[in-house]
Amino acid sequence: MNLNRRQMLILLPAAAIAWKAVLAGTPEEASNYTMSDHWWGMLIDIPKCIGCGNCVRACQTENDVPDGNFRTWVERYHVSDWKMENPQDIMTNPLTDPEVISPDGGKEGFPVATDTSGRYFFVPKMCNHCADSPCTQVCPVGATFVAPDGVVLVDQKYCLGCAYCVQACPYGCRYIHPEKRVADKCTLCYHRITKGLTTACCEACPTGARQLVDLKNPKDPIHEFLKTHSVQVLKPQMATGAKVLYNDLDGSVR
Amino acid sequence: MSVFKDAGHLFRFAGLFVLAFLIFLVVRHFVVPKSFGEYGHYRGAAMGDIAAHPAKFAGHETCEGCHSDVADKKAKGKHAHVNCEACHGAQFQRLPAPAAKLNLYERFVALFVPPAPPDPPLLLHAEDPTSVKPVLPDTSVLCARCHTASAAKPKGFPQVVPADHSNGMPCDTCHQPHNPGMDAPPAETAAKAPGGAK
Repeated sequence: MNLNRRQMLILLPAAAIAWKAVLAGTPEEASNYTMSDHWWGMLIDIPKCIGCGNCVRACQTENDVPDGNFRTWVERYHVSDWKMENPQDIMTNPLTDPEVISPDGGKEGFPVATDTSGRYFFVPKMCNHCADSPCTQVCPVGATFVAPDGVVLVDQKYCLGCAYCVQACPYGCRYIHPEKRVADKCTLCYHRITKGLTTACCEACPTGARQLVDLKNPKDPIHEFLKTHSVQVLKPQMATGAKVLYNDLDGSVR
Repeated sequence: MSVFKDAGHLFRFAGLFVLAFLIFLVVRHFVVPKSFGEYGHYRGAAMGDIAAHPAKFAGHETCEGCHSDVADKKAKGKHAHVNCEACHGAQFQRLPAPAAKLNLYERFVALFVPPAPPDPPLLLHAEDPTSVKPVLPDTSVLCARCHTASAAKPKGFPQVVPADHSNGMPCDTCHQPHNPGMDAPPAETAAKAPGGAK
């Protein structure tokens, strides 16, 4: 096949364009999710929580969480009448009053409480997806980070498994995955929220005690809720910018 | 030229530095992932990797697409805010366990004995509604999980001591789980034989 100069001049750029398309591979699926449009958090409505453990089981199913580790768990607090009346009393043992239990993370619920004195309440816990999270600041390799939509994530291909972040988290929300040997934690079901679904724990919660909130969405009911309720975060003195918001949180919760 | 007369060793040293810097740049180019630094001091492509995790819960919107009759019934009762999969369990694709990493000996054996292909993903009801039938939950266990009386539960939440309340009978003998109020008779279960498939 003989090519003259004119044909060559046309063919070469065409081939270059074709080769570029080959290198690029198949075009990515167009996603209508824009990270900068969201700022995710979660609302936990403590008076609604009944301690059934549905969220813990759902999280384990959804995210293949190994037995004995938890991305979310539920604690049951029992504050005695004495402690409620004398919250500043330093003579009560802080390890037993309030009494905090979480058998297997509350996965199978809680034993029936028969002592009717004092006050009981359940506190579901999970990664607080802090805006200024201590865990991302200590990572030596940049394997954990706050995504532009406010979710704290772990890049498991990049993580060394040094467990520095596990120590740094003030809420104890991280663990080293026993098989992958890398840090693992709640992703706020990133694979679901980026597709318009809610998290597995919110989907499974029978009482609506957990609600995924998008603080950047002006239509989200969270804004009305924040105006009318006393909402707090865990360990506010640590200035982590936690985005798991607790309604009616008792002062004894640590 | 007199300034550089005895400076040959310095130039050689500077040359070494330049060479080392070039090698550093080349190595860095290949070692640092392409998307590192796209949004910050991390791999930008990691978000895509994490978002690719397969979902197991289909979401109540998916269920209601077909089961609008149940959704309507549920919306009238006290369980209106309870999502389908809170009781029925995850109904989307469940992937098989990842293949275990082979050690040197197992890899050697695999050269001669080809390993079995991995199990295909176990399809659940939301993926294959016609042939996969979800397991019906046992109401005597399921309902007790939330409604067993305990001093720890919020006072307004309906609670019973199962042994006293139903004498061991499954809850759907009297209550229809999608609309549990006693004004809504459990029509579909009453028609079935006692102690049947439920």
